[in-house]
Amino acid sequence: MVAVPSEYTGNVIEVAGLTRRFGPKVALDGVRLGVPRGVVFGLVGMNGAGKTTLIKHVLGLLRAATGSVRVFGTDPAAGPAGVLARVGYLSEEPDLPGWMRVGELLRYTRAFYPNWDPAFADELRRSFALDPAAKVKHLSKGQRARAGLVLALAHRPELLVLDEPSSGLDPIVRRDILGAIVRTIAEEGRTVLFSSHLLHEVERVADRVALIDRGRVVFSGALDHIKDTHHRVTLRFPQPRPEPPALPGVLAWEGTGAEWAAVCSGRLDDLRAAAAECGAQVVGHRVPSLDEIFVARVGPKAVEPVEA
Amino acid sequence: MDIHISPHDGVPIYLQIVNQVKYLVAAGRLAPGEELPAIRVLADRLVVNPNTVARAYRELEVAGVVEKRRTAGTYVSAAGSPLARRERLKILTERIDALLAEARQLGIRTDAVVDLLRQRDEVLQPDPEEA
Repeated sequence: MVAVPSEYTGNVIEVAGLTRRFGPKVALDGVRLGVPRGVVFGLVGMNGAGKTTLIKHVLGLLRAATGSVRVFGTDPAAGPAGVLARVGYLSEEPDLPGWMRVGELLRYTRAFYPNWDPAFADELRRSFALDPAAKVKHLSKGQRARAGLVLALAHRPELLVLDEPSSGLDPIVRRDILGAIVRTIAEEGRTVLFSSHLLHEVERVADRVALIDRGRVVFSGALDHIKDTHHRVTLRFPQPRPEPPALPGVLAWEGTGAEWAAVCSGRLDDLRAAAAECGAQVVGHRVPSLDEIFVARVGPKAVEPVEA
Repeated sequence: MDIHISPHDGVPIYLQIVNQVKYLVAAGRLAPGEELPAIRVLADRLVVNPNTVARAYRELEVAGVVEKRRTAGTYVSAAGSPLARRERLKILTERIDALLAEARQLGIRTDAVVDLLRQRDEVLQPDPEEA
């Protein structure tokens, strides 16, 4: 492959045409993704959809075999040390040395980061009630996550990457993690990429969202735009029907008898007109949650799209 | 400023903030001239994206509910009262719409609903003997 000089477009992360195979399994299939500076970018998708594989490419832990990955305009796999010094990373199961004490762990990690802020590290440690004398292997799952979060934040990274950070944690620890995302983004110019299957958390803190399913980006965009262009509409038909009709823009149906609810994308007027042709009346309309949009897009009830 | 965010019910979060601030102003729980929390402070407290709070404040400013001052703070507009009345009417209109829709579903005519309103109003009048 010919090396193309990277055009630093101002996007902190720029992924193009990224395909990754593990044996016969296609983990990523032509992924294209741009993460602008200063946003919280949420990666959503089911387990095994390819989120972690994508994040490993962003961190330079995997090298792009097909396609390209740029972080701060450079290839993270070519010089991971340079990129990683500017990145804070927390994974679902932080790989921390169990034999170390919390205080030792902080001093040890500090050596890797020129920008490490010991006062900030100590402030975070205190706010999370982490005992510096406690052995890492004796920490609860929540306290381990908090320790991992201190390590990810204490060098005040330009880019914070969190891979399923809330998975299996209690609500209080999850709030600490979300709070860290909010505070990171509140500092000018910092960027957050995080993956999660807890869609209500993504909805709370993300500016932009990409939905990944079976290695492909199904849709991606500003959360506000996604919310503006999806509707949940309840229709009442003159007669009970065993199945809902095929209507343009409908992503999924739910219901029984004469009343069926659709999650749809596109213009509401078009759906209203199509419903009227079937003799149906719109009896309810609201903005769906990201969770409902997600389930409608990739869930078992998702329908084949019908052209308008 | 008591604001509660529910990310499950689908209403965009910025709109939840806008609606609740309008409601608090209408209810007199945010007084004209009162300062709203700084964007970062509210974002931190509600655990939502600061850009979302910023958008809510912008919408509230456009609607004339709040105003930015030179000191960079955001304050409830002094001209809050006529809007407050409009907001109060809007809240009531939504309730009335829901009531009328339900009445229609139950096959009760609007005249009967109005009669019922008057009747209930009399029942709920405080007893002059007790007052």
